[in-house]
Amino acid sequence: MRGLLPAALLGLLFFVGAPFAQQTADAPRLTGPTPFTKETPAPPMQRQVTDDVRRRRNYPDQPPLIPHAIEGYATDLNANKCLSCHSRKFTEQSQAPMISVTHFQDREGNTLGGVSPRRYVCLACHVTQTAAAPLVPNTFTDMDALVGREPRAK
Amino acid sequence: MSRTNLSDAAVSRRSFIKAQAVAAAAAVAGIDLPAKAQNLSAGPDISLKWSKAPCRFCGTGCGVMVGVKDGRVVATHGDMQAEVNRGLNCVKGYFLSKIMYGADRLTQPLMRMKNGVFDKNGDFVPVSWDQAFDEMARQWKRVLKEKGPTAVGMFGSGQWTMFEGYAASKLMRAGFRSNNLDPNARHCMASAAVGFIRTFGMDEPMGCYDDMEQADAFVLWGSNMAEMHPILWTRIIDRRLMAPHVKIMTLSTYEHRTTDLSDATFIFKPGTDLAILNYIANYLIQNNAVKRDFVERHCNVKIATTDIGYGLRAEHPLEQRAKNVETAPVMKPSSFDEFANFVSTYTADHVADLTGISKDRLEALARVYADPKTKVMSLWTMGVNQHVRGVWANQLIYNLHLLTGKISEPGNSPFSLTGQPSACGTAREVGCFAHRLPADMLVTNPEHRKTAEAIWKLPPGILPDKIGYHAVQQDRMLKDGKLNAYWITTNNNLQTAPNTNNETYPGYRNPQNFVVVSEAYPTVTAMAADVILPTAMWVEKEGAFGNAERRTQFWHELVKAPGQARSDLWQFMEFSKRFTTDEVWPEDLLAKSPDYRGRSLFDVLFANGGTNAFPLSDMDPGYDNHESRYFGFYVQKGLFEEFAKFGNGHGHDYAPFDSYHQARGLRWPVVNGQETRWRYREGMDPYVDKGSEYQFYGNADKKANLLAAPYEPPAEVPDQEFDLWLVTGRVLEHWHSGSMTMRVPELYRAFTGAVLFMHPDDAQKRGLRRGQEVRVLSRRGEIRTRVETRGRNKVPPGLVFVPFFDASQLINKVTLDATDPISKQTDFKKCAVKVLPAQEANLGGGR
Repeated sequence: MRGLLPAALLGLLFFVGAPFAQQTADAPRLTGPTPFTKETPAPPMQRQVTDDVRRRRNYPDQPPLIPHAIEGYATDLNANKCLSCHSRKFTEQSQAPMISVTHFQDREGNTLGGVSPRRYVCLACHVTQTAAAPLVPNTFTDMDALVGREPRAK
Repeated sequence: MSRTNLSDAAVSRRSFIKAQAVAAAAAVAGIDLPAKAQNLSAGPDISLKWSKAPCRFCGTGCGVMVGVKDGRVVATHGDMQAEVNRGLNCVKGYFLSKIMYGADRLTQPLMRMKNGVFDKNGDFVPVSWDQAFDEMARQWKRVLKEKGPTAVGMFGSGQWTMFEGYAASKLMRAGFRSNNLDPNARHCMASAAVGFIRTFGMDEPMGCYDDMEQADAFVLWGSNMAEMHPILWTRIIDRRLMAPHVKIMTLSTYEHRTTDLSDATFIFKPGTDLAILNYIANYLIQNNAVKRDFVERHCNVKIATTDIGYGLRAEHPLEQRAKNVETAPVMKPSSFDEFANFVSTYTADHVADLTGISKDRLEALARVYADPKTKVMSLWTMGVNQHVRGVWANQLIYNLHLLTGKISEPGNSPFSLTGQPSACGTAREVGCFAHRLPADMLVTNPEHRKTAEAIWKLPPGILPDKIGYHAVQQDRMLKDGKLNAYWITTNNNLQTAPNTNNETYPGYRNPQNFVVVSEAYPTVTAMAADVILPTAMWVEKEGAFGNAERRTQFWHELVKAPGQARSDLWQFMEFSKRFTTDEVWPEDLLAKSPDYRGRSLFDVLFANGGTNAFPLSDMDPGYDNHESRYFGFYVQKGLFEEFAKFGNGHGHDYAPFDSYHQARGLRWPVVNGQETRWRYREGMDPYVDKGSEYQFYGNADKKANLLAAPYEPPAEVPDQEFDLWLVTGRVLEHWHSGSMTMRVPELYRAFTGAVLFMHPDDAQKRGLRRGQEVRVLSRRGEIRTRVETRGRNKVPPGLVFVPFFDASQLINKVTLDATDPISKQTDFKKCAVKVLPAQEANLGGGR
């Protein structure tokens, strides 16, 4: 038996005995109203997370989430508001994390003297978050839980 | 978030740093701390097994590297070696790792039961695969016996693997002798597919994504690429910013993230894009910008049948009023002069008036096509395809490229973007439409059926010649009790079909009908079924997708599906074992081919000497394959090599099966190991003869068709009562109906619920404020949602936009089931609604 019970399993135990696991509070958000034809109230709009606290990534290649408001931030042909804090030259003043080194590479993998234009559309990968509780747990297992599961023999 | 949280975070940050300092000091002092305190794991323990796979979501077909540890996907990232995306994924792609792990994954078959037996009004109870298949077989046999093959049907998917689509096609057409097989791709790109066939005689684009690094101008006709094809959009932005002469021109009915990054935006009144296209054709002719020799050598001119209705039910007043419903697809031969005369009425004045775009701006757009030195890539998706005149719109775009000869060469490219990962590979190439066979062959063509019967080793005459029910028709026939045994897989049609309250749901719950849904999660559609089959997804099976640039991409099974979940492929093949030829094939055909008597459908369809020709030893020993291990032969290889026979030597050539497990996809036709990037062009396409320059060889005379077709109005337009246009669509963070992405917490939190995008003036006029709950009503139904007057979509007054990903706000209860009469694709972009505050409506006592 492994040393650590993955959090995933705990989530599953929660549902034992029911044919559907979605019988949680927010069920209709995923399965629709019962019966289908019934009209249901719209869920409330959720407040954005703006606490500036970095979230741990699920794996190294995951684009970091945006922990601040971005309303009114322009991404157009004249300006990219994100880069006014996150580009290399502004991070000292802004104390914002610098965009990843991968963002300086072109399609062929050559490193450029500036941000690669293919990385210009920040919001294609980086997204803000609301404070909403997940509709259903996700049992994805962090690799740390797998590799750090058993103390390595000395 | 509140300040309290911030200071909490600060405290935990301090204590964390302190703990880390202790660990570091201990390490320096050579003290052994428990493993938990160490912050560096090393050794073989941390190695992951990385394999390639295409992304599960849109038709772009990005390459993904998938990291597996202990039978779980623990990481994904963009594949640097994949030419499509070179290391990039969009946010959905980056979170592929989590789509299979929603805690409510379906892991066992479920059936509605009462007192231990199936009952349509019973509750879902877990059953074994045998119990589920037994009941299904009983129902299928009953329906086949009572009503024949036209009463069984299947609604499939552009998200099926090619193997799954191919097996489904064999099971339905050859096994059950029914062409009632249609993919959800009907809702998505049927207009594009039909447009290709009507213009070039052959489906799918002539160009490829390489055009994006070559074009001087991009014209987007109804495509919000920044959200729906984000990685292709990065290629276009890359080109735009690296080469300052490049321009992006975007046409749309509202502003969005794509228009934010466009050099020019043209907001037109819904449906009037047809008039703009004809205006440009007229401009090209008036200003001598037509490449006459190209048109004479390589084009025919046709004229469309007009007044063709709106694909509604036959008794609808609009269908009654239309003159040419029956002959809608007919194109009559015409001449260039007649074409010129036809488009001459689309003057700048007239079209400016109709569309709301000024004359000088219309001319600026036309000049892009007219300038012989500007290489133009036209791109389109749902704005053009989900259109009651979608086929015409596709063809009118080809007109502009054909008139100017800007086609089939790097950078000059009319390019139809597809929505689903294998809309091209599975729905189109394999042929999962109600009228199609593999490699562009048709069920109505006796020669094509003969070819299929030979490749499939079937007795002559077994394949039905009648076109089956298309997607919207399937819903209508279920409701009307004509389609009674129905299998829905790999789609969420009750959320995504039009006018669901009236036309979709009643059919699923019709007491005469037996409805099966194969699903990974309990979706809206699954909940309305009679049987739910738990289904393996993405890298839980070996698969193949074909993307929008004709690129065929394979992947291996990388992890096991949870519980008893099995792939669709396994389900179709295993289900076929429950039928014998005597039960489902007519006596007269069996009498002529007695060898086929008394054999199981599995035997004649899959153990036919072709599909089962490759042994398990052909499989890559590094990967499992649950279907092959179960059936005892390399299922995917057999299906693919058999399928490839349809197109090899006919312009649809594929490479040998194994090569796709090595390459990052190959673009067909693959001839002598070489993929084809630009079709129909001498020197670039091996099928084009020397000295011909161009050959559009899908048509017998190797010429493409110009089409004269008019602007005709949408099926429903706003009036005094229903005073707003409703446009529906998608958002970047969610995939279609959200059944996967709503279960990934980060994606759910990125776009937490559907909203109604509305112009601030329209909100003010109705006394609504941002966030307020409202009712959106049409003549067909209503939903409740909340008003958004800011954010990414900036709609003009008189138009609202609602995305369809949210199962709690089912906007398709409101939409209209009008389709293009030629492609049968629904127009999800144009119907009339009104918006009322939820509160007031409640007090006022309804409509």
